[in-house]
Amino acid sequence: MYALEINNLRKTYKNGVEALKGISLKVEEGDFFALLGPNGAGKSTLIGIISSLVNATSGETLVFGTSVQKDRSKAMAQIGLVPQELNFNQFEKPMEIVVNQAGYYGIPREIALDRAEKYLKQLDLWDKAEKISRTLSGGMKRRLMIARAMVNEPRLLILDEPTAGVDIEIRRSMWEFVKDINNHGTTVILTTHYLEEAESLCRNIAIIDHGEIIKNTDMRSLLATLDVETFVLDLREAIVDCPAVDGIDIVVRDDRTLEASIPKQKSLNTLFAELERQGIHVLSMRNKANRLEELFMKLVDRGAAQGVEAA
Amino acid sequence: MSENLHWVGYKTIVRKEITRILRIWGQTIVPPAITMTLYFIIFGELIGRRIGEMGGFTYMQYIVPGLIIMSVITNSYGNMVSSFFGAKFGKHIEELLISPLPNWVILAGYVTGALTRGLMVGGVVMAVSLLFTPIEVQHPLVMLTVLLLTAIVFSLAGLINAIFAQKFDDIAIIPTFVLAPLTYLGGVFYSIALLPAFWQKVSVVNPILYMVNGFRYGMLGVSDVSLVATYGVIIIAGAVLFTGCMILLHKGTGLRT
Repeated sequence: MYALEINNLRKTYKNGVEALKGISLKVEEGDFFALLGPNGAGKSTLIGIISSLVNATSGETLVFGTSVQKDRSKAMAQIGLVPQELNFNQFEKPMEIVVNQAGYYGIPREIALDRAEKYLKQLDLWDKAEKISRTLSGGMKRRLMIARAMVNEPRLLILDEPTAGVDIEIRRSMWEFVKDINNHGTTVILTTHYLEEAESLCRNIAIIDHGEIIKNTDMRSLLATLDVETFVLDLREAIVDCPAVDGIDIVVRDDRTLEASIPKQKSLNTLFAELERQGIHVLSMRNKANRLEELFMKLVDRGAAQGVEAA
Repeated sequence: MSENLHWVGYKTIVRKEITRILRIWGQTIVPPAITMTLYFIIFGELIGRRIGEMGGFTYMQYIVPGLIIMSVITNSYGNMVSSFFGAKFGKHIEELLISPLPNWVILAGYVTGALTRGLMVGGVVMAVSLLFTPIEVQHPLVMLTVLLLTAIVFSLAGLINAIFAQKFDDIAIIPTFVLAPLTYLGGVFYSIALLPAFWQKVSVVNPILYMVNGFRYGMLGVSDVSLVATYGVIIIAGAVLFTGCMILLHKGTGLRT
């Protein structure tokens, strides 16, 4: 049985915008699944339909075999949602918010209080449990939404850009938490702007654009399709002319920095040997962009000049 | 499981609503108490003394039931519309919409919250009224049932307003332009027997007239309309509004896109 199975899902809004054009998708139980796409691609509509906040025009959404359209209550009991926008009452306290959410899933108050304590502690919010939520920092508010989504211990956790605007330290601790949940069997679907995170966390991926799935595969196979990687090289001495290396495109960014685009079949040793021969010494090297970003940009047919923006 | 889900979910919504009412007691409980005290002083004491008797009671006694039910109507409606629209505006209504709770549990929870505020304020107004005049309740069961059913009717009406409201201005339109005129013209301050024949006929299409008079019958034993008509109007209004609420929640109007 799949954690999520979507068949020929369509959504046309009242204003005529066709947000989803008959997409189909399967997410295995226990998967850590990335759902990526540019802004306006249809991801939020898709998540809205899965979580029943958006009514599908046609098609079917099954959560662990239960149709969201036919048996909403049973399907929803298995989902936890961390939405893109803050959607809790900012005048309530974190403890109230999490315990109330448990109540909406039929979890008795005594159990809800224990679970709220558990997840608020795990997400480093226990000392803020009785503060008014409005006074929490942006990162704390995001973590509060994760604690709230976890209180019913869902089998499927959907994270819609959960780390937007969160500093790197908190972001990493959030990912550790979500990885741990996934390791304990919860299926996770993630949308994010940070593609390096999708690359390191997710095993499978779907890319959606203009309301259609343009790629749906496992992360390893997708990354294997990358035929050229671009590296930034920092040089020890300034150079005047751009060095030429057979089969490798090199661009001078400034007199001490080069960008080299290397086809997959070429060895990096070739580049270094040739630069060495020309008297150019490389101090350090890094990827120009994350590999998934490069693929993503190719797939959604947007030039690098437009900048990278995913999810 | 589903019985537990429904009952726990219902209790959670009610608890949340009552916590909200008590958290902002300065906005929910105190203002109606002050307003009604002023009504008792100005209309009951100062003007009432010159008016004399009405329906066999002092004017102060005559307006007490009307002012209590007026508070219940205004506060049941107001609580529902402000709480539900607030949740919609702040998006935290999504906490409920993504939960497994069926619509009727959500509706029951919110109605109970609104009803509770109506009864709390009604109780405060009644306590204030006892400072001005003694009241001997004639038909407690009628008084209680009319009070409860009226509060339910206006809670349901408040939900429909909240569902269609797009901005905060929209939640003030109905109370200002519909509810207040109907309440004032619903016999809170007078018996419709005082009106010319034409206006008496106009008054009988006002549903609030039946609620005010039904409640007055419960408290004082006098009414301008029959008890059957009172219950009939309240039950029909309640059934129509409940059906409307359920249809709107099922379709997700204003809530799900």
